[in-house]
Amino acid sequence: MRQPVNSNSITKGSAPPHVKSVLFKILTYLCTFLTVLSLASIVAYIFANGIPNFFFRDENNALRFKSSLFAIKYTTDNVSMFHAIINTLYMTFLSLLISVPLGVFGGIYLAEYAPANSKLVKVVRITSETLAGLPSIIYGLFGMLFFVNALGWSFSLLAGAFTLAIMVLPVILRQTEESLLSVPRSYREGSLALGAGKLRTTMRIVLPVAMPGILAGVLLSIGRIVGETAALIYTSGIVAKTCLSPMESGRTLAVHLYQLQQEGLHLGEAFAVAVVLLIVVIIMNSISSKVAQKFSAKD
Amino acid sequence: MNVDLMKETGNTSSETFHVDPSQKIKFNISDMHLYYGDFHALKGINMEIPDNKVTALIGPSGCGKSTLLKSLNRMNDLVPGCKITGKVLLEDQDIYSPNTDVNLLRKRVGMVFQKPNPFPMSIYDNIAYGPRTHGIRSRAKLDEIVEKSLRDAALFDEVKDDLKKSAMAISGGQQQRLCIARCLAIEPDVILMDEPTSALDPISTSRIEDLVLELKKKYTIIIVTHNMQQATRISDITAFFLLGDMIEMSATAELFGNPHDKRTENYITGRFG
Repeated sequence: MRQPVNSNSITKGSAPPHVKSVLFKILTYLCTFLTVLSLASIVAYIFANGIPNFFFRDENNALRFKSSLFAIKYTTDNVSMFHAIINTLYMTFLSLLISVPLGVFGGIYLAEYAPANSKLVKVVRITSETLAGLPSIIYGLFGMLFFVNALGWSFSLLAGAFTLAIMVLPVILRQTEESLLSVPRSYREGSLALGAGKLRTTMRIVLPVAMPGILAGVLLSIGRIVGETAALIYTSGIVAKTCLSPMESGRTLAVHLYQLQQEGLHLGEAFAVAVVLLIVVIIMNSISSKVAQKFSAKD
Repeated sequence: MNVDLMKETGNTSSETFHVDPSQKIKFNISDMHLYYGDFHALKGINMEIPDNKVTALIGPSGCGKSTLLKSLNRMNDLVPGCKITGKVLLEDQDIYSPNTDVNLLRKRVGMVFQKPNPFPMSIYDNIAYGPRTHGIRSRAKLDEIVEKSLRDAALFDEVKDDLKKSAMAISGGQQQRLCIARCLAIEPDVILMDEPTSALDPISTSRIEDLVLELKKKYTIIIVTHNMQQATRISDITAFFLLGDMIEMSATAELFGNPHDKRTENYITGRFG
């Protein structure tokens, strides 16, 4: 129990600490521990099962790197992931090419130009939040019905890229809007008071300050694009080859992993793909958190 | 706050203060009302603000002094629901006329804010931002403007060796002088100052005050201040505001030494505020 009120002493009493507070502390420790444990065990499991598949023992029983995993041409024997890596880069580039300009300019409109408390802004906010929560298979279905069938693009990187662009658009849009809104008003006032117009103030003062936050949103989107399967199986397809034209069908790393696992013949290689995928995602996330840190450290 | 002290009693003298006829008038404000939505923030202001003088606007919080200041370079345009009636003439031009280019107005009427607000870029780029905005591209010309502005704002000697340094890295007092330099760089006629020293320590404050006295030789300065000693130290003319009205405006020594209105007297003697 607490010390009597009229005591001037500030030394700790001999009474034991409050039971509830001790329990609560233990609970928070436990939950943190379990979270970290589950994450760490997934990573450890994938690495433990995946890394051995990058190597093989030759006739002299020496350990060698299995370069066939990265052979330029995919065959059912080498199950190379080279094409999938190229397709992943291709897909990421195309999706961002579509979603970044739309999302960033849309976000600029919402934050800088739309009238305060406008209905449109509210509708866009609610819509984009809803869209961000939709399961990706829904995007896949839409992409198939619209881009693949209605527009007649058939299974192609382009159909996949448009589908993913729609999927990450709410993330980029909202992240841009939030980043712009977090730029102090005083910067805008300072610029306007010098006789700079709205356009110059937005482009030269506000946007550069918001840039790290916007970049964090883009990196988050890259993570989602790289990791997506459901939306792509129905739109860009599962053909195992390196795409040259965006109208060709091809699989990304995540889809490749899914297919290998589906077929059940190359589970070891599937784990190897998982390692590559995991490394890509970890790199993306650490860059995005670095960028976000830099952002919050300012001001 | 004792409301009675703010009430009008008998000996009022709200007639417009007229600037000495030999003196050029910079701003001529007549019957100006300003509303924020339903709130009537300025109630029929009539003022003449003379050229090359320091005019101080004083009064308790919420009296409308900052609002008036911000309507002189139309920064109030940014406030949603702000409506202004009456006339504000800068020399002979109505600044609220539909033909007014707000950017050109703000180039002539510069502003220094309450809290130093340098841009998150280098000291050099902060100052060059304004001139670049108004079309100056030549590197040599920009160098010249940056140096002159920093000298005029009494900051050059402190920062001359690191003009490339981020403006966020210098002290608050230096930042405020940088903001003044940034304002000087666009060669305004008028400098509006909105409590420019309220976020600063006493030493930085006195440097800014010295600077104001130096700058009035070339510029018309209108300064909002909470600090009545500051008004007496640096201003030539003082206007006292209360609840959206301008109560009294006269030469600073006159206003503080021999206020005509009871409410002015009550305020400057510290009975409310």
